[in-house]
Amino acid sequence: MKQFNTIFEGLGSAVLLAYRAFVSLPSAPRIIKRVVEQVFLGGYATLPIVSILSFFIGAVLALQSGISLQNFGAKQLIGTLVGESLVRELGPLMVSILLAGRVASATTAELASMKVYQEIDALQTMNIPPERFLVLPRLLAVLLYMPILTIVGIIIGWFGGAIVCEYVGFIGVDAEQYFHSLTQFLTMSKVLDGLIKSEIFGFSIILIACNTGLRTRGGPREIGYAVTHSVVLSLITILILDYFITKALA
Amino acid sequence: MKKNCSTQERTDRNPVSVEVSGLSKKYGSQTVLKDVSLTVKPGEIFVIMGPSGSGKSVLLRQIAGLDIPTAGTVRINGHDPSDPATRDRFALALVFQAGALFNSLSVYDNLALYPLEHRLCPKPEIRDRVMRALKILSLENAAKKFPSELSGGMKKRVAIARALVMEPQLMLYDEPTSELDPVMSATISEIIATLKQEHQVTTIVVSHDRDLALTIGDRIAILMKGELRTIATASELRETTDPDVVDFLNPKIDLKNPRYQKLEAL
Repeated sequence: MKQFNTIFEGLGSAVLLAYRAFVSLPSAPRIIKRVVEQVFLGGYATLPIVSILSFFIGAVLALQSGISLQNFGAKQLIGTLVGESLVRELGPLMVSILLAGRVASATTAELASMKVYQEIDALQTMNIPPERFLVLPRLLAVLLYMPILTIVGIIIGWFGGAIVCEYVGFIGVDAEQYFHSLTQFLTMSKVLDGLIKSEIFGFSIILIACNTGLRTRGGPREIGYAVTHSVVLSLITILILDYFITKALA
Repeated sequence: MKKNCSTQERTDRNPVSVEVSGLSKKYGSQTVLKDVSLTVKPGEIFVIMGPSGSGKSVLLRQIAGLDIPTAGTVRINGHDPSDPATRDRFALALVFQAGALFNSLSVYDNLALYPLEHRLCPKPEIRDRVMRALKILSLENAAKKFPSELSGGMKKRVAIARALVMEPQLMLYDEPTSELDPVMSATISEIIATLKQEHQVTTIVVSHDRDLALTIGDRIAILMKGELRTIATASELRETTDPDVVDFLNPKIDLKNPRYQKLEAL
């Protein structure tokens, strides 16, 4: 019962936090600088790791599906499989997992430190709502950079698959055939499905990170717990959301 | 039309009064404050003293509106300090014990944050206001530094400068001289008294520092185990016969009958 209470309390405070942040949306012009800063910290700085990971996910996917599809004589469908998997599922999910590991952990650690070392109290005495000053820029930023990261990740993943097809002899599909099969069944609505997923995942992850950080009480040890809690909760949430969004979009 | 710092929208610039009535605060089953009532007059320096764990900082947080009381009320000129509208109406500044400076911002940005966020005046005027506050506290050379590069005393002075930029009507200090050497403690005490003299700001100081309290405090409240023991002027306190207050203000080191043995007995 106590665990359910904790879950609902966390959920309620996250919803309230999002509401309070978006209530201050009319003051968005004065936080543009901080939104840009967060786009840089969260989006631009995550780009290299997204690129590396996407390339190898695409490559492994092509290699693995090449081996499996060979048995069914359907090698020419490697492009379709890699393309759709990345667009609808692996792209958004992979970028979200990276976001949880890299950006959510840093966000929680920063906000939890600010809470523990009374910087949040200082903001409140200055009548500067933390929701406007700290949370809103992060939420707006993630909505801006998440689709871009996802698209970049997907495209690099496609090229990873193409390189494997071109240079791994036993697959027997060249890059041209691969891209032909990839584009044959890919529609704009499938791309949009992937982008909707990534937006929801990204928003949820940053909201959880901010909420966990701002609810931290205690000292340095609690900051560590808060970071772990935030990353684990983000990963569980995006996997649960993934199921329901996939079902809703199917 | 651009706003001018000196004619900002807050029309009531007079020092405020603070009224605490029947205030109690519990954390779980632990009662930290029990039925505390006091009034701080406009423009006075009111010092709250008491042993460690007596609830002084908790009382200050209630006055700042950072915590909600379990029972009782706090009013600043009749308004609830936890209501953001009250903070819009009256500028209230709290100097935290550890400074609570924003570590990701430079000293200049720490000071400029309040007027910038509230759009009180154009940037050149904010700059003048910040540099004036830094000058008062002899921190002109620290403007570009980050909090991590400052000593404990400098952090305290930056925190006071940040409060000063807000041009507060109520200034709250939480242990402003803790962890400082005697000279720096005296300096901080002088700054608090000078700010009160020059700006007529109502000041509440929570402190262990007997010298600070008896030198600059107009009135001093003694808080013990969450209860208000007395409110008196410095001269009245020097004459008090209350044994606990006398022992707190003038503790004598008694090696034959050590105090810690009494603590263990309790």
